[in-house]
Amino acid sequence: MRVSLFITCYNDTLFPETGRAVVKLLERLGVELEFHPRQTCCGQMHANTGFRAEAFSQAKRFVRLYQDTETVVIPSSSCVAMIRDQYPGLFAELGNEELRKQFAALLPRVFELSEFLVDRLKVEDVGAYFPHRVTYHASCHGVRALHLGDRPWKLMNKVRGMEQVPLANLDRCCGFGGTFSVKNAEVSSAMLAVKLQDIVATGAEFCTALDNSCLMHLGGAMHRQYAGMKTIHLAEILASTETSPAEGVA
Amino acid sequence: MSQGVYHPVLDPAKARPFPEAVLPVLRNPQLRKNVAHAIDVIQAKRGKLVVEKTDWQALRTAGAAIRTHALENLGAYLTQFEERCTAAGGVVHWAADAAEARQIILNLLREENASEVIKIKTMTSAEIQLNPFLEAAGVRTYETDLAEIILQLGEDEPSHIVVPALHVNRAQVREIFARRMGLKDLSDDPRELTNAARNYLRRKFLDIPTAISGANFLVAETGSVVVVESEGNGRMCLTLPRTMITLAGIEKVLPRFQDLEVMLQVLARSATGERMNPYTSIWTGVTPGDGPQKFHVVLLDNGRSSILAKKTERQTLKCIRCAACMNACPVYRQTGGHAYGSVYPGPIGAILTPQLMQMHHAQTLPFASSLCGACYEVCPVKINIPEVLLELRSQVVNQERREAGRLFDPMYLGLRIANLIFSRAWIFHTAQFFGRIGLGVFTRKDGWIHSLPSVGGKWTQTRDLRGLPKQTFHGWWAARAAKPSGEAK
Repeated sequence: MRVSLFITCYNDTLFPETGRAVVKLLERLGVELEFHPRQTCCGQMHANTGFRAEAFSQAKRFVRLYQDTETVVIPSSSCVAMIRDQYPGLFAELGNEELRKQFAALLPRVFELSEFLVDRLKVEDVGAYFPHRVTYHASCHGVRALHLGDRPWKLMNKVRGMEQVPLANLDRCCGFGGTFSVKNAEVSSAMLAVKLQDIVATGAEFCTALDNSCLMHLGGAMHRQYAGMKTIHLAEILASTETSPAEGVA
Repeated sequence: MSQGVYHPVLDPAKARPFPEAVLPVLRNPQLRKNVAHAIDVIQAKRGKLVVEKTDWQALRTAGAAIRTHALENLGAYLTQFEERCTAAGGVVHWAADAAEARQIILNLLREENASEVIKIKTMTSAEIQLNPFLEAAGVRTYETDLAEIILQLGEDEPSHIVVPALHVNRAQVREIFARRMGLKDLSDDPRELTNAARNYLRRKFLDIPTAISGANFLVAETGSVVVVESEGNGRMCLTLPRTMITLAGIEKVLPRFQDLEVMLQVLARSATGERMNPYTSIWTGVTPGDGPQKFHVVLLDNGRSSILAKKTERQTLKCIRCAACMNACPVYRQTGGHAYGSVYPGPIGAILTPQLMQMHHAQTLPFASSLCGACYEVCPVKINIPEVLLELRSQVVNQERREAGRLFDPMYLGLRIANLIFSRAWIFHTAQFFGRIGLGVFTRKDGWIHSLPSVGGKWTQTRDLRGLPKQTFHGWWAARAAKPSGEAK
């Protein structure tokens, strides 16, 4: 199976280790990967901040780049939610008929990573080994936009050596919200403090998620507060094996 | 608060921008504790009752369909309501805006020679700022809802549309009652507090023959008005007074009496986490020998018909004021309602208030959300609040981006530059290169950024940022592809 990886702008810039883990994981599962060198951003930041014309130009760019691709995998739940929930409205308002048709044809072939593994590859045991105490943060877009349901747990339950600690108030937002975190920095920080309390209370070594934007927010606060725990994208856990552990994890 | 910690302003034309208005609240730990505690109690009750209702999603779908249909045929149903209500002995008045509604109500009170009026809890009357207007015109207003009494006596403002005093705790209620009712031996035992309110209220119910109410629903088919409540004060106001004046937004109409079957089920569960609210009062015009003998309905537009005309925004008017969205909202849980600068706080307020203001005020409210979607998930009539928030954000940006002062606003400048960066891969890659050099200046030996200037400082006030790694993912991919073995590193 051929899969094109849309890594997303912030993973490319800030979290290349997540991208490397996706490559390691999918190639281990026999997927033939390609990477479109002209990819940039899905437009989520602009769309969520009210810059609709700018978001449209990035959305258009995404469809043009990927329209001939067999399958697109994206290791970021909020970017997939942007494409699924917001592109149709943007194209209805600003696009033409041709673009709408191209998008409608492409959309069923766009997958978030856990969707791709569980629904498309139909695999739950990816052969991972991660001997650590881990709590899972179910990002808002994963829960309420993509309705990922139990997919992340289907994958996590098969990771050997991993101890899972349930997180209280699982579906509560961490307060990131993109530009919300700076436009309403004080409220965002208050939400973050509440979320972090729940996460720290798990006593886990790692907090994982399917979206590095939440993890950047949580990890930034963990580091500031010497919380003694780290964040790690679920792809990195799933890519980890006995002989080849996750990068930066002893 | 009565102690003068801060004075909330619930007038969108005068309120400060949301990011500033939250500051006094965030610095008030008692208030935040009161809000979070109250919210958690309601949320837990609601959660249990929604789970037991196996057809909850079907009920939501039905609720949404009823409200959508009513709004799509609003003119016809309002006309029908007017006909049926008039036939039953009521008098229907139409008010285009807040000023007209206030004047109609004042004129009606003057016809009654009323110098005092008792009120059933109505957020719509707070929307038109009725109480201060009547007080200035020489009519004393007495709230009869327990929470509203606490706020009125405490010279405070509502912070929630169903539980308006949820930011006040028992000790604070005791203090307000003791001071304003002259009961210096009052304890904070709930029974004693309720008795104090009851004694205060009984005299008002017996003495004042004129009442004002809001409406949860208007029923077009029968011309009826529906009010749901928990305390029985509303029922009192519908029993003892000679004259009743109901103020209702034009969107409150339901086509058929039978629609209440769905609406009352979803409302009580969503609002207070009860299977059914304790008191449901339904009245149709006047009934000789029973209840008020004069009955007026003031139907208020106040910006609603302009919302109705817009495709995405129209769904805002489906709202049945259950407050489930604010109870579910992680922003509201931190801030309470006052920071929204409007009688309508929380997610529904963030979309309703700026629209009622015709987008001339409250432009920061659509941004007062992390877009987590919890509001949409719980809404019993399926208002896609995040979708409307995004629509309004786009309108605000279109307003503001033409302003000359925005040219060098870091947010606007940053997003314009980001758009250029994302337009071509080579510009994106160049920006990553220079971004790493630029941020390198701020990156400490531990590899983390602890402090940034300008907008970045808003991030680093509470969080660190990991420094940019040396190699981007696309750089790694290209390097890997260039190796003959195709192996990583």
